[in-house]
Amino acid sequence: MTHLDRLEASSVHIFREAYREFKNLVMLWSIGKDSTVLLWLARKAFFGHVPFPLMHIDTAFKIPEMIAYRDKMALEWRLDLIVGQNRAALAAQSTFPAGKLTRVECCRALKSEALKHSLSGEWPRLRMDHTAGRLMEDLKPEAFTGVIVGARADEEGSRSKERYFSARDQQSEWDVGDQPPELWKQYKTDFAPGTHVRIHPLLDWTELNIWEYIERENIPIIPLYFDRGTGRRYRSLGCYPCTSDVESTAKNVAEIVAELRTGKFADIAERSGREQDKEDAGGLETLRRGGYM
Amino acid sequence: MDDEQISIVMAGHVDHGKSTVIGRLLAETNALPKGKLEQVQATCRRNARPFEYAFLLDALKDEQAQGITIDAARCFFRTAKRRYTLIDAPGHIEFLKNMITGASRAEAALLVIDAKEGIRENSKRHGYMMSMLGLRQLAVLVNKMDLVAYDRDAFERIREDFSRFLERLGIRPEAFIPVSGMGGANIAARGPETPWYTGPTVLEQIDAFRRAESSATLPFRLPVQDIYKFTAQGDDRRIVTGTIETGTIAVGDGVVFLPSGKTSRVKSIEYFNGPVKRTASAGEAPGFTLETQIYVKPGEWMVKAGEPPPRVSTRFRVNLFWMGRAPMVRDKAYKLKLGALRCPVKLVEVLTVLDATELTTVANKQQIDRHDVAEVVLETPKPAAFDVVADIEQTGRLVIVDNNEIAGAGIILAPADAAESTLQQHIRAREIAWKSSAIARGDRASAYGHGAKFVVFTCADEAVGETFARALERTLFAMNYKAYYLGMENVTRGLDADLRAANDLRDDHIRRLGELARILTDSGQIFITSVANVDDYDLKTLELLNSPNEIMTIHIGQNVFDAFTPNLRIESCEDLATGIGAVCSLLRKKKVILDYEI
Repeated sequence: MTHLDRLEASSVHIFREAYREFKNLVMLWSIGKDSTVLLWLARKAFFGHVPFPLMHIDTAFKIPEMIAYRDKMALEWRLDLIVGQNRAALAAQSTFPAGKLTRVECCRALKSEALKHSLSGEWPRLRMDHTAGRLMEDLKPEAFTGVIVGARADEEGSRSKERYFSARDQQSEWDVGDQPPELWKQYKTDFAPGTHVRIHPLLDWTELNIWEYIERENIPIIPLYFDRGTGRRYRSLGCYPCTSDVESTAKNVAEIVAELRTGKFADIAERSGREQDKEDAGGLETLRRGGYM
Repeated sequence: MDDEQISIVMAGHVDHGKSTVIGRLLAETNALPKGKLEQVQATCRRNARPFEYAFLLDALKDEQAQGITIDAARCFFRTAKRRYTLIDAPGHIEFLKNMITGASRAEAALLVIDAKEGIRENSKRHGYMMSMLGLRQLAVLVNKMDLVAYDRDAFERIREDFSRFLERLGIRPEAFIPVSGMGGANIAARGPETPWYTGPTVLEQIDAFRRAESSATLPFRLPVQDIYKFTAQGDDRRIVTGTIETGTIAVGDGVVFLPSGKTSRVKSIEYFNGPVKRTASAGEAPGFTLETQIYVKPGEWMVKAGEPPPRVSTRFRVNLFWMGRAPMVRDKAYKLKLGALRCPVKLVEVLTVLDATELTTVANKQQIDRHDVAEVVLETPKPAAFDVVADIEQTGRLVIVDNNEIAGAGIILAPADAAESTLQQHIRAREIAWKSSAIARGDRASAYGHGAKFVVFTCADEAVGETFARALERTLFAMNYKAYYLGMENVTRGLDADLRAANDLRDDHIRRLGELARILTDSGQIFITSVANVDDYDLKTLELLNSPNEIMTIHIGQNVFDAFTPNLRIESCEDLATGIGAVCSLLRKKKVILDYEI
C-alpha cells in the first residue's frame, strides 16, 4: 500500500465508525479542496453513496463561484445539502465588511454561531429540493449531534492536537487538556446525551496529500484553485473580504502538486492568506475553543 | 525521496526537553513554514519571555503559560530519505492518556531522558507503555548534555541503567544518543562537544527506523464493522465492511464468521472508483459481497476457512492498563470494545497489579486504580472471538469503556477457563438460599388446574411479538388459566428505573426479567413475555435465570439464531389464530394445560 492508500483506508474506517455509532450525523462542506476530498472519501466508505446530509454555512461573503459550484455538485451527485446562515447578523449588517466587527468577531458570528444554531435546528435553514432543482426552506430542521469535519492536523497548532472523535459540550467548548484517549482504532463513541461530537477523518492528511489524492482519484475541484490567466490563484478558500489569492501560475492539479513538493509554497503556511489568524496571538485557537471549525 | 511516511513519537518524563528537541529538528530540517519562527519569536517578545524551540510546538496558550505539553501534537517534516509525522507526547503523568494516544499512532519512538536529572518515573512508565502498545522500535535520547558538560560517564550510566530496564520489557533500543536540544549537538549534525560518541545523530537514527512490517502474511482477520445495503439509493448489494487487520483474502475464498460460526464464500471485493480487485490484504478497508445470504452482525470476525481460527471464549486473561478516574472494580458492568465488537464486560478476578516503573508486583489488590497495570480475568456474557497477542498482536487488543470514557486498554494473554460463569455462580448461590414455598408445586398445579410456565415470544418486530403474547394471555385467561403478560417496557420503566444509563442496559433488563420469571412461575402462573432482537445467549440467560422452573420459547419469523432451537417456530406473522393454536397445543403436549377435548 502507498501512503495515500493508508490515509484513505484510515479515513474510510473513521467514516464507517461514525456512521455506525451516530444516528444524527451530518458532514460539513465548505466547497474547498479538503471538504471535497472528505466528500469523496465518504463515497469511498459507502461505495458511491453519501448516507447523511451535508451542511454548508453560508456567510453571504463567500466567493460567488463557490456557491454556484456547490449547487451544481449537490444536484449532480444528488447530495442532501443543507445551508445555514446567521440571517439576523446579516440583516443588522453586524459584520466585519460592514465595519461593525473585527475579523475574529465576524468569524464567530457568521460561522461559529451560524453553525451552532443550524446544527441544533434552532435557526431556519435551506435544503436542496432535488425535484425542484433548488434550495428551499428546510421545513423539518432536525438537530445533529455528530458532525464530520475536514480539519487537518498540519493546518496550524491547535488542529494538530485534535482527536478523530472529539467531544464538545453543550456550549460547543473544547477542553484541549482533557481529551479522550484514542488507540488501536478505538475511538470515544459513547457520550452523555446532548454531547456534540466532531469527527475528523482528515486529521492525518497534509495539504500535499490532499492534492496528491485529488490528482490520483481525479476528483472534480472548484477552478478557483487554478491560475486562469491572471498569474494568481487561491490556495485556501474563505470569505472574499478576508481571503487573498496568491501569486502562482499553477494551472492544474499536477502543477499544484509540483509547486507544493518543491516549489515556492513548500515552506509557506497554507493559511497565510487568511487574515483572521493574524489578529491575536492564538486567534484560531480562541475561535476553535468557541466552536470554530 | 521514498514515497513513504512514518510516524515517530517523542516520549519521556516531563521537562526532559522533548518539545525542544522537536523544535530543533524542525528548524534544522527547514520544516517550519515561513514566518512561523518569526511569529513565535514575536509572541515571546510581546510576553517578555526568552524564545524556546519548544514554543514552536506548544502552540496552544495553556501550554505556553505552563511550559508543559498537554496533548499529543503532530508535526510534519522530511529528510532527504522520506517524510515524517512527529508526535510530541506529553510527559506529565496527568496526561498519560494523551501520551498513549500519541504513542499508539507511531511506528517508532524517541524516548528523551534528562542527562542531569536522570531516569525518572515516567521515563520508565513510557517505556512500559510502549512495550504494551506493541511499539518495538525505540531510540533513547540523553538530552541536556550541555548541563552535564557533555560528560561521557553521565551518559554511560543512564545507558546502562535504562538498557537493563528495557531488557526486562523485551525492548532492545536501536541507539542511545547524547544530545542537546538547546545547543543542537547530535541532532541534525554531529556535535564537536561529544568526540567520544560515534553512533548515529537523531536524524540518521530516524532515517534508519523501518516501516512496520506488513501483516499480510498472517491469518486473515476482518473485524466486521458494518453490513450495508443502500436499497433506497437503488443499490442491491449487501456489503460486509471493515478494515482488514491481518492477512490476505481473494474472491472465491471460503470464510467463517466468529463467534457465530456461519460460513460463506467471497463473491466480490467492492471498492469505489478503482480497478476491479481480486484480492485484498492487511490495512485495506474494502467491502465484500458473499455467495450466500447469511445473517451476520457487526462485531463478528470474518476469517478465512482453513487458516488457524481465533479463540472463542467468555473469559480471557488480560494485561490491562487503567486510565479511568474511578477505579475498575469487580461485578460492575463495563463496555468492551474488541475489534468491531462492543459488548458488556465484567472484571471477575485481579491476578496481579504491577508497578510499571519498578516492574514489581503490588500487594494483593482487588481493584485497579488510575495508572495501574494489572493482570486480570475479564468475562463477557456471550462468547467473544479474539486472538492472543502471542499469536496475532493486532487482534488481541481491547479497550474498556467506563461511564462513556475509554478507561482501560489491554492485550489478551490467553483464554481463561470458564468452569462456571458469574451468572451460573449467581444462580447456584440463589437456589441454595431460596426458601421454597410451603405449598408443593403439584398441589398448586392441581388447585389451579394447570402447571406453571415461562412463555417467551421472540420476533424481530417488537409489535408482532407483543400481539402474539397478548393474544395468548387472552386465550388462556378465557380458559380460566392464571396467565399474565408483562412487556419489556413495564420492566424498564418500573423495576429497572434505578438503572443508570452508563452502559448498554439491555443485559440488565434481560436479567431482571429472568429473575421476575423465576418468581412468577414459582407462584404457579403462566408468565408470558415478548422480547425483540434476541440472540442465542439472551434466551439461554432467561432460561438459566428462570431455572429450575420451565421455559417455553416461541420464535416468530425467519430464523436468527446461530445454534439455539426454540420450542416452537411460527413462520408467518400474519396468521394470529393458527399461531396461538399451535402454542396451545404445545402447552397441552407439555402438560402445562389440560386437554378438555379428551
